[in-house]
Amino acid sequence: MELISQHAKKIMEECKSRARDAGLSFDDESLEYIVTNQDMLELSPKVMIPTLYDFWVHDLELIKGKKEYELYPHNPYETVINSRPAISFYNDNNPDWLNVMIFYHVLGHIDFFQNNSYFEHTWDDDFVGVALSDKRLLSQLKTEHGRWVDYVIEFSRSLDNLVGYFSELSNLHLKKDKKSKFDYYFDLFLQHEKKVETPEYLKDLEEYNQCLLNPERNAKKIFLQHVKLKFPEFEAAYKKYKETESKPKKDLLTYIHDHSPILAQEKNSWMKSVIQIIRNTALYFAPQMRTKVMNEGWASYWHQELFLKDSRIEGYEANFAKINAYVTSIPKVGFNPYAIGLRLFEHIEKEANQGKLDLEFEHVLDREDRKHYNKKTGKGRAFMFSLREKFTDFTFLNTYITQDFVDAHKLSVIGERFNPSKMVREYYIKSKQAVDYKNMLLDRLVHPPSIEVEINKTSEDRLYLKHIFEGKPLVEEYIQNVMIGLEFLWGNPVTLETIRSVKGKPISYLYTIQNKELVKNEFHQKNESVSQ
Amino acid sequence: MSNKKTTESKIIRAESSLPSLYEDLYMQSDQERFMDLEHRLPMHSQNLKTLDELLDRDEQREEDGFHRKIRVGRIIRPGSGNNKVVIVPTTTEEKFYHDTRKQKEDEEKDSSGESNEIGQTTGTADGNEGDIIGEVPVETEEGQQGKEGGEGEGANHEVGSSAYELGEVLTKKFQLPNLEDKGKKKSFTRFVYELTDQNRGEGQVLDKRRTLVEVLKTNINLGKLDPDKDLEPSNLVINPRDFIYRTMSRERDVEAQAVVFFARDYSGSMHGKPTEVVGAQHVMIYSWLVFQYHENVQTRFILHDTDAKEVKNFHTYHNSHVAGGTQIRSAFKKINEIIKKEDLFRDYNIYVFYGGDGDDWNNNEDEFKEEFEELSNSVNRLGITIVKTRSGNQTIFEKFIHTHKFLEKFKGKVQLDLLGENADDKKIIHSIKNLVR
Repeated sequence: MELISQHAKKIMEECKSRARDAGLSFDDESLEYIVTNQDMLELSPKVMIPTLYDFWVHDLELIKGKKEYELYPHNPYETVINSRPAISFYNDNNPDWLNVMIFYHVLGHIDFFQNNSYFEHTWDDDFVGVALSDKRLLSQLKTEHGRWVDYVIEFSRSLDNLVGYFSELSNLHLKKDKKSKFDYYFDLFLQHEKKVETPEYLKDLEEYNQCLLNPERNAKKIFLQHVKLKFPEFEAAYKKYKETESKPKKDLLTYIHDHSPILAQEKNSWMKSVIQIIRNTALYFAPQMRTKVMNEGWASYWHQELFLKDSRIEGYEANFAKINAYVTSIPKVGFNPYAIGLRLFEHIEKEANQGKLDLEFEHVLDREDRKHYNKKTGKGRAFMFSLREKFTDFTFLNTYITQDFVDAHKLSVIGERFNPSKMVREYYIKSKQAVDYKNMLLDRLVHPPSIEVEINKTSEDRLYLKHIFEGKPLVEEYIQNVMIGLEFLWGNPVTLETIRSVKGKPISYLYTIQNKELVKNEFHQKNESVSQ
Repeated sequence: MSNKKTTESKIIRAESSLPSLYEDLYMQSDQERFMDLEHRLPMHSQNLKTLDELLDRDEQREEDGFHRKIRVGRIIRPGSGNNKVVIVPTTTEEKFYHDTRKQKEDEEKDSSGESNEIGQTTGTADGNEGDIIGEVPVETEEGQQGKEGGEGEGANHEVGSSAYELGEVLTKKFQLPNLEDKGKKKSFTRFVYELTDQNRGEGQVLDKRRTLVEVLKTNINLGKLDPDKDLEPSNLVINPRDFIYRTMSRERDVEAQAVVFFARDYSGSMHGKPTEVVGAQHVMIYSWLVFQYHENVQTRFILHDTDAKEVKNFHTYHNSHVAGGTQIRSAFKKINEIIKKEDLFRDYNIYVFYGGDGDDWNNNEDEFKEEFEELSNSVNRLGITIVKTRSGNQTIFEKFIHTHKFLEKFKGKVQLDLLGENADDKKIIHSIKNLVR
C-alpha cells in the first residue's frame, strides 16, 4: 500500500477543481493509495476499512476470497471509503486518461458521502481512526477473555442489523422544543389521543384554515375556543404533553446493552464495550448499504459528464467509451447498480428540465400534450443535487422508476425456470410492467425486520421480542442461532413473537430459547395463552 | 555526551522497528512512539488464522455449547475442459432477516400449482412477456447440452460438477431436506502424511532441485560463477546448509463423508419404463447427495439379476440389461460384502438406494432376512423403490418386507416407496422425499 505518484496526485487535484466548478462539493483533503491484489483481498472482508477489528469470519472470508480469486481473477478499478480524509484505493498505476475517469468517479462518491444527509452521523468522525481504537480495545480484551470475546462479537453482529439507524439519524434533528398547541392538536391529540375518523379530522382542519383566512387578528384564539368547547380536556392534555420528555424507542442492541441482567454484572462489563463497538460499526455502514444504487449512479453520472468535458484527455474518447460501456451497461440478465443508477439520474435530469416532475405537469391530461410537454425549466441539475442530498435507494427507486423509464431501457423482470423435459434452465420475460420491475428492485434493498422489545412482557427473567410483520416472515433456519446469542447476552430465556404465513394465512408463533433449545409454539393472541 | 548517544540509538531503534510504510500506517500510536514501546498489536496478516486453526476453533465451539459454523464447500470453474475445483470454507452469519424465498414459493403454489420456477431477476430484453430469451443446460459437459432424456438421460451425471448443479436445483426447487445433521456425525477430515515441508540440513528425502538452486546461490554470492564461462561443477563450493530436504508433515485431507450404493434389478422384467424410472430417480438422489455433501460423496453401483455385480460407473449402471431372472438377495449380499471388506461402516455415512419391480425368485427367505437385517443395521438409510408394472397386488418383495415388519423394525432407516411405471419427474421427486425424509 503506497501513495499514488505525485504525477497522479496532480491529476487528482485538477479533477477536484473541475468537479467543484461543476457543483460537487467535498473536503480539500483526500488520500489515494495503490494497493496490491493481495491487499485488496485482505481489505474486502473488512469492508475496505484497514483498521477494522479482527474477527475469525473475516479470516475465513479471506481464505475463500483468495481461492475464488484463483478461479475468477477480478480487480476493481477503485474503492472509496467514507473516512476523513476520504481514502481511495486503486489497483494499479493507470494511464493518465484512465486516472482522470476513475478520479472523477471517486470524487462523485466522496461528494455523495459528504453531502447525502443519510450519512450525517458519519460526518464528524474519521471512522478509520475510530475503528483503530476499537480494534485495539478488542485485541486487549482478547488477551484477557480469549475466545469469549469472539462469541460476544459474533452474537452482537447477529443483531447488528437492528441498531435503530433511522432513529439514530432522527435524533440528530429531534426538535428539543415541543410542538405548538395547534401542531399538538392536529398531529397528536386528534390522531392518537382521540383517534378521530378522517372526515372529522379534515373538517377540523378546514375550520382551522378558515380561521387563518379570517382577517381578524385573534382568529387563532377563536379556534382554540372552539377546541375547548369540543374537548374540555384538551388544555390539560397539552400541559401533560409539555411536561413529558420525549424518549426515542431503544433499538434491540441498545436495550440489551442497557438492561441485560448478565451484562450488568461487574465481571461482564467488558461485553458492553464489545456491543457498543459492533453497534457503532454497523451504524457507520448503514447508510452505505442503503444508497448503493444512488451512489454508484451518481459517481457514474459525474465521471461521464466531467470526463467528456475535460480537455486533458482529448484523443482518448474511444478508450473511455469502451471502459464506460463495460461499467455502465445494463446486463441482459442481472442487475447493475451503476447502470440503473446512472440511467435513472439521466432520466430524472431530462424530465426535470422539461418540467415533467412539476405539479403543473400532473394537470396536463391530454396524451399528446404530455408527450411533447417541455417547459425548458433548466432545473434538472439542481433537482439532481437535491436528490443526492435527501434521497436513499428506496425513495429514489420507488419514486422515479416509471413505466416511461422502464420502456425507454426495455427493462424487464426475467423469470428463470427449470424445464425438466429438456434439462435446461430457461430465462424468459416475466413482466415488462414498471411496478413489477420496481418491486423486484425494492425487494433487493436492505430492509431489516422491525423487531422491538415488548417492555410490558420483559423482565430480567425473560426478554420478550416482537417482530412487526411486514408481509415477510423471518428466515426460519437462522432463528435458532440468533436466539442462542440473544440468550447468552440476556442471560435468561428469550421469546420472539413473530408471524409466518401458512398456506396464505398469517399465523402467530412464539419462539422461545431456553438453555440453547429452541421451542416453537403457535400463539393465540386473544387469551394470551400458549398452547403446544 | 553519553546522553546524546543513547538518544541517537533510540531513534535508530525506533526507525528500524518500522517495517515499511504500509505495515506501519495504522500501527502507529502516539503513546507507543513516545514511550518507545514494542508494538502490542501484531500485524493483521500475522493474526490471520489458517483454515486448520479455524476448523479447530469450530470444534471448540461444540465444547462451548454452540453449533458449528464452518462448512466446507467447493467452487468449480465453469466452462469446458479441466474442471478446476477448489475447496472453500464458508459460513453464514445468521441474523433476523426477511425471508423472500419462502414467500415466493407460496405465491407460486397459490397461483399456478406449477413449481418449476427457480427464481427471477431483473434484466433488459426485446420481445414480449412470456418470450424465452435464453436457456442454460443444467448438466454441462463438453459438447453435451440438454439431452433428449429417455434412454440416455443421466449418463453424464457422474461428472461431479453437473451433478452438483442439478443437486442444487433439486434441493432448492423441491426443498429436499438437508442432511447436515446426519453428515456431521462422522468427521470429514483426516490426516495424511506427505513430504511437503522443506527443511535445511536434515530431513527424509533430499530435494535435489532446490539443493542445486541453493548451491548456485552460494556460489554466485562467492563470485565463483562467471556467466561467460561454462559451468564447471567441480569448482563449486558446497555449504552443508545448502542441502534442502523434504520432511514428513501432517496434512489435513478432506475425505468423502458419505458412500452411496445404488442397486437395481436389471433383469428382463425391468426392461423399458421401470428402468427409466429407477434410473431417473437414482440420478436425482445422487445429485442431491453430491450437493448435500459438497461432493464428498463416493458412489457405488450394483446391478443384479439372480447374481449381483458391481459396475464402475453410472453409465453402465443405467444402460445394462439382461434377460435373466431375479434374486434381490444377491444385491443385498453384495453390498454387505463390500461394506465389510472395506470397513465402510466405520468412516462413512452409508446410503443404499434400491430400485426394482418387486419381483423376486427367492429360494432362501431366511438367508435374505439375515442379509436384509445386516444391511439395515449398518446404513443411515436404505431407500427401496418398487416400480409397479401392474397395479393391485403386493409384489413379492413388498410381501417379504411387510411379513418381517422391516419398516417398523428399522423405523427411520428403511423406507419403502411405490411408483407407477409412468411416474413423471414430480412423482419421482415426491418419492425421493419419502425415501429420504
